[in-house]
Amino acid sequence: MTPSTTPKASLLLSAKNLTCIRQDRLLFDALSFDVFAGDIIQVEGPNGSGKTSLLRILTGLSQPYEGQVLFQSTATHNKENLQAITRYREEYQQNLLYFGHLSGIKGEMTVEENLSFNIALHGDNTDGQAQALTNVNLMGFEDNLASNLSAGQHRRTALARLYQSNAPIWILDEPFTAIDKQGVSDLEALFLAHAQRGGCIILTTHQDLSALANTQLKKITLDYSNDIAFD
Amino acid sequence: MWKWLHPYANPEVSYHLTNKLLPWFSYLAAIFLSIGLVWALLFAPADYQQGDSFRIFYVHVPAASLSMGIYVSMAIAAFSSLVWQVRLADASAAAMAPVGAAFTAIALITGSAWGKPMWGTWWIWDARLTSELILLFLYLGVIALHSAFEDKNLAGKAAGILTLVGVINIPIIKYSVEWWNTLHQGSTVSKLGKPSMSLDMLWPFIFCFIGFSLLVGVIICLRFRNEILARNSIRPWVRELVEQKTQ
Amino acid sequence: MTLATSTPNNKDNNLLPMSKQLSYRRAFSLVLKRDLTIALRHRDDIINPLLFFVIVITLFPLGIGPEANTLSRIAPGIIWVAALLATLLSLDRLFKADFTDGSLEQMLLSPHPIFILVLAKITAHWLITGLPLILMAPLLAVLLHLDENSYGALIITLFLGTPVLSLLGAIGVALTVGIKKGGVLLSLLVLPLYIPVLIFATSAIDTAALGLPYSGQLAIIAALFFGSLTLAPFAVGAALKVSTN
Repeated sequence: MTPSTTPKASLLLSAKNLTCIRQDRLLFDALSFDVFAGDIIQVEGPNGSGKTSLLRILTGLSQPYEGQVLFQSTATHNKENLQAITRYREEYQQNLLYFGHLSGIKGEMTVEENLSFNIALHGDNTDGQAQALTNVNLMGFEDNLASNLSAGQHRRTALARLYQSNAPIWILDEPFTAIDKQGVSDLEALFLAHAQRGGCIILTTHQDLSALANTQLKKITLDYSNDIAFD
Repeated sequence: MWKWLHPYANPEVSYHLTNKLLPWFSYLAAIFLSIGLVWALLFAPADYQQGDSFRIFYVHVPAASLSMGIYVSMAIAAFSSLVWQVRLADASAAAMAPVGAAFTAIALITGSAWGKPMWGTWWIWDARLTSELILLFLYLGVIALHSAFEDKNLAGKAAGILTLVGVINIPIIKYSVEWWNTLHQGSTVSKLGKPSMSLDMLWPFIFCFIGFSLLVGVIICLRFRNEILARNSIRPWVRELVEQKTQ
Repeated sequence: MTLATSTPNNKDNNLLPMSKQLSYRRAFSLVLKRDLTIALRHRDDIINPLLFFVIVITLFPLGIGPEANTLSRIAPGIIWVAALLATLLSLDRLFKADFTDGSLEQMLLSPHPIFILVLAKITAHWLITGLPLILMAPLLAVLLHLDENSYGALIITLFLGTPVLSLLGAIGVALTVGIKKGGVLLSLLVLPLYIPVLIFATSAIDTAALGLPYSGQLAIIAALFFGSLTLAPFAVGAALKVSTN
């Protein structure tokens, strides 16, 4: 993909020469790209091509075989603004929201308890929580135990956190799984709003992002390169 | 990190280094062990109290101290892997663990075989034997954890953390077991005091000790080489190597 | 869908990299409260290790014979070994559920230092398993004819020792949480580390039975407690990072 060339957009995240090997298979090699404020980036590729691996490397949960991920650090003690995420883990994670395959919702807790824990855990403000529940259409379910919800409601409970998040970098792995049409278009609108106020989104999905297609949607395609030797 | 160590973080360089070291280790180990063992078992004088059963000492003591030494080296390797991200350190720790476990087992078996004529029983809860047994458990834990992970890289990291936790605990365990031992059976057992060795016993012992250490070096080199190859199987230099061998 | 607005709720229109106001104490109590809530809604998890503790202890008189002298001689060892095993049985719960539903990786990605979150989880674990164990112990000591002088020592050693069991055990669980059949492996990893606590705790109880001062042993257990309190959370954090990789 080509990096955005708009002069005022600031660089948020930068991947340098990422190489990933899983089970002796090379998933991607020397992958570099920059992510600017306002970008929405879709990571594409067939199953097993390393989409989730790439996202997890970007969050810092996994380490790449080679290469590193840099982010825009605001800490005044650094002259260089771009810093490795592994070096300033806590600062990076203040700026990061990751939504994975597993929703992290506890069946033993109510919808409201789950949401307020998730928001507070990431240091965001719990004040607008009721509004967030309305946004994901779960108003009226707030006192239900999460174990009694449907799969879609389960996902919505987890997604409600997006509405409260102040983190500029969103990394979302299949956010639309089990979400209905209306929900998908609501989320797309939310993504646009997030990008417009200076955030960035890196996501994987098998949906066509119809609402986003004519905006600044960018794509990273991971090829299926099987068992290739390299040095 | 130290500049001179850096080239050895490259797998290919260390592979060739082990190749160069291996014959030296092997020949020296063979020489030292054959001299040491023949001297110790045939020519060294028998102990005036314990008779010939004392000769097991020439195997038991090197095995016991090497079992400790290997664990400490594993911990150093684990530390450099976790702190300085030296990737090969993982491989060397993985190469060492089974060797250490084997030497611990040898120390235990020879210890209890020595105990039979001394104490009239195969096993006694002697402080040193007990700590050696616990050390064996620690080794087996590291090996089991290492083999439980499918990803070699993660296996190395997890086993490294466990090794470091273990190395902090070993002195505590050793101290507490010794303390427990004096508390419970201090007077009933005549412990094996350190025999004041005469020179004609000391020299064969030194030869045996060096010989066994070199043997450990040989086995670890062999295993380390295998670990490097297994971890780098997709690298071109490994493939070339395989092609050369098969032709 | 009704009034759903699709804009973010916060009024802030400019998102820039920033520093959030975070407090260690709030993060600690947040996780502690959550873990306790979940445990209290899942009472089996609290009761089963306790039942195990009681049953193991009742088996010993049946296996050895009801003679009061023998039983009171081995009571400290039995109670402590049963406590070790009961803790081991309950350890799995510490991270397993959070690992499988993804909340563990969310915690690792939160802006809080990992050791605070880990410490909160271990504290919750001790409150749920260690504390009830201490409350049950005097009752079981009666069944085993423990010397009357030793009751104080039993309670104090359990108070100082069971947190050590939770802390050291957490390292083992953190290492094995990603492994499918980690249960047996866990005991191999953790039980050798429990040996010093076992030795000094039972010896303190024995010494107390003789009417002698046992503060030396207590001091050592306290040292083990503070040592593991400071070091274990970091080992757990490192291990969790490996396990969630």
